Amino acid sequence: MLKMQEVSKVYRTDLIETHALRNFSLEVKSGQFVSVSGPSGSGKTTFLNVAGLLETFDTGVYELDGGDVSRLSDDARSRMRNEKIGFIFQSFNLIPDLDIYDNVDVPLRYRRMKAAERHTRITKALELVGLASRMKHMPSQLSGGQQQRVAIARAIAGDPALILADEPTGNLDSLMARQVMDLLEQINEMGTTIVLVTHDPELARRAQRNIHIVDGLVIDSPPPYERRTTTVAFSADATSSRAG
Amino acid sequence: MLAYYFRLAVKSFRRTPGLTALMVCAIALGIGTCVVTLTVYHAMSGNPIWWKNNVLYAVTMDSWDPSPNDAYDPDHPQLAPPQLTYRDAEYLYQSTIPRRKVIMTQLIGMLSGVPGKSVPIQAPTRATTRDFFSMFDVPFQFGGAWDAAADSGPEPVMVLSKRENEKLFGGANSVGQTILWNAHRFRIVGVLADWRPLPRFYDLTTHSPWSNPDDVYVPFQWGPTLKQLPGGNSSCWGSNAVNTYEDFIGSECVWIEMWVELSTPQAREQMQAYMDSYWATQHKAGRFARPLNNHLTNVSGWLKVNGVVTGDSRILLRLAFAFLTVCLINTVGILLAKFLRAAPTSGLRRALGASRREIFVQHLAEVAAISLGGAALGLALGVAGLGAVRTLYTNSDGYSQLAHFDPLGIAWALGLAALSTLAAGLYPAWTVGRLPPSLYLKSR
Repeated sequence: MLKMQEVSKVYRTDLIETHALRNFSLEVKSGQFVSVSGPSGSGKTTFLNVAGLLETFDTGVYELDGGDVSRLSDDARSRMRNEKIGFIFQSFNLIPDLDIYDNVDVPLRYRRMKAAERHTRITKALELVGLASRMKHMPSQLSGGQQQRVAIARAIAGDPALILADEPTGNLDSLMARQVMDLLEQINEMGTTIVLVTHDPELARRAQRNIHIVDGLVIDSPPPYERRTTTVAFSADATSSRAG
Repeated sequence: MLAYYFRLAVKSFRRTPGLTALMVCAIALGIGTCVVTLTVYHAMSGNPIWWKNNVLYAVTMDSWDPSPNDAYDPDHPQLAPPQLTYRDAEYLYQSTIPRRKVIMTQLIGMLSGVPGKSVPIQAPTRATTRDFFSMFDVPFQFGGAWDAAADSGPEPVMVLSKRENEKLFGGANSVGQTILWNAHRFRIVGVLADWRPLPRFYDLTTHSPWSNPDDVYVPFQWGPTLKQLPGGNSSCWGSNAVNTYEDFIGSECVWIEMWVELSTPQAREQMQAYMDSYWATQHKAGRFARPLNNHLTNVSGWLKVNGVVTGDSRILLRLAFAFLTVCLINTVGILLAKFLRAAPTSGLRRALGASRREIFVQHLAEVAAISLGGAALGLALGVAGLGAVRTLYTNSDGYSQLAHFDPLGIAWALGLAALSTLAAGLYPAWTVGRLPPSLYLKSR
C-alpha cells in the first residue's frame, strides 16, 4: 500500500537546514494498522504529510497503492489524496460553518460525484460512526468525541485505501479516545490500511505494528501489542519487523 | 461546482458581514463614480450619427479677415470659420456632386398657437433645406419632409418637433393643420418622432451642444424672403456697414451651416476640388485673402475641432478611474486579509482533495459575488449621482441633458464589475490557492 525508499526531506531557511526525514524507508502492506510514535520534532508529522501527498520530498522514491507518486503534478497529487487517502487530525479540522452532512460531503464534492451517490455515502459513513441522527447539527453543537467521529466519517466516506491519522485522540479524554480507537479498528477490519501517529503507548500497542521515529529516522519497532496475526514487511534498513 | 462555490461564498459573507459590506461599498463607490463620469463623458464624446460618420461632411471655407492677428478663432488660428457666408453657401449649394446637401441657420419664430388649445409661443426655428431630414436620419411621427419645390418657392410649410406638437396639439396628428409663424400662415407637413442627437452635431455654433434640437423647421429661403436676420450665431468682420438685410446677405458675415452627404471617396475628392476651384476664382476676384483652407470634415472630426469634449471631462474621467483603482486596491487588501484568515479551511480542502485550481475558482466565485453586489449598488449610486447632476445643472443650458442613464451604463457597470473581479480578486484567490495545504492543518 505504502512504500518509501530512502526518502529525505529538508526544510531550508536562510540560516538553517532541518533534516526532517533522512533516508526514510518504510513499507506498509494493504490492510495493516500501523502506529507511528516518536518525540516531538522527530519527523512524525513530516512523514504523515509526505505520505499524505501534502508535501513533496527531496530525494527517494514513494509508491502509493502500487504507483510511483514521487513526481506527480500538484493536480494529480490532489486527485490521489481525494481518491486514495483519508485524513484524521488531532483537532478534528471540521469546517465550522458547514453542518455535519456538508462536512462529510467535502471530499466527495471534489470527486465530482452525483448528488445521490454522495448522499448514500454520507449517510452510510455517518451511520457507521453513530451520528446519522445529527446530520444537520453544526460542529459546535457536538462534543469533541463526536466531532472526531464526524472527521472519521469524512475520512471514510470516499472509501479510501489508506487512512492517515495524526494524533486523533490527542484532544479527547480517555473514554472518548478508546471509542475512537475502537472505531478505527473496526474500519481497519473492513480492509482499510491505517497509519496512526500517536504519543500514547497504550494506543500504539493496539496497532499491529509500531514504528518509532527519531530525528527523521526509523530507528526501532518496539514489541507490539499482539492483536492480530497479519504479516508485516519492513524495508531492510528501516526498522525491525514483526511477523505474527 | 459553481453553485457549490456560490453557496460557500454566501456562508463566507455570513461569517464576515462587516468586511463583506465594506468591500461591496468600496467597489460600489468606485463603480458608481465611474458610471456617472462615463455616462456624461460618453454623451459628450459620442457620435450621435456614427453610422454615417464617413459620408456626412461639414463644409467650411476660410473667407475670414486676412489680418494675421484677427483669426476667427484666436486659440485655433488654423481653423476656418464653422459657418459660411450667404453667397458662398448659395454657390456651393448649387453643386450636384453631393448625394444630399443642406444649408441652414436658426431663426426666431413666434407661433400663433391654436385657438382653444394653446397660447402663442416663441419657438426656436431651423430654416433649412429638405435634405436635412433624410441626411440626418431624422425620424417622423406623422407626415414627412417637404418636397423640393417647397425649398425653392419657398412654400409656407413647416415641420414640428414632437415636443412642440404636444404643446400645440396635445400630441395629435397635426399634419395638414395651419398655424401662424411670424405672422405668416404655414401648413404643417410633418411631426418629428423623438429625436435628440447628443451632442447637437449639426449646429455647434448656437447654444450648447447639449441643448434640445429646434422645435420648428421651415424652408431655408423663408429667412431671405422675410428678410429675417438669423437668431443663431453670426460673425462678421471688415468695416463695411451692414444697414439692411441686403447688406447682410451680401457681406462677409458667416451665419450659415452647410453639410453634404458624399457617399464615396471619389465624391469627396470631387467636392473638395469644386470648393478649391471656387476658392481660386474668388481669390482671384479679391476675396478669400487667407491661404487656401477649405475643409470637408466628418462628424467625429467636427465634434473634435469644435472642442465638444473638454479637457476637464477627460481629467474628470481619469480621476474617476483613479478613484475606482483606489477602491479596488482597498478591496484587494481586505480580500487578502479575509482569505488568509480562512486559509486553514482552504488548506483542509486541499488536503481533502481540492486542487489549486478549485480553491482558486472557489475564491474567485466569492469575489464575483462581491463584485456583482458592488455593481448592483454601484448602478444604484450611479443613477442617484446622475439624478444629482441633473438637479444641479437644471438651468445650465442643456448640460443636465447629458446626465441621463442609458443602457450602456448598465454594460459599463457590469464590465467594470467583471474587470474589478479580475483586478481585485485574482491575486488574493491565487495567493490562497498556492498556500501549501499542510501549513495550517496542525494549527487549526
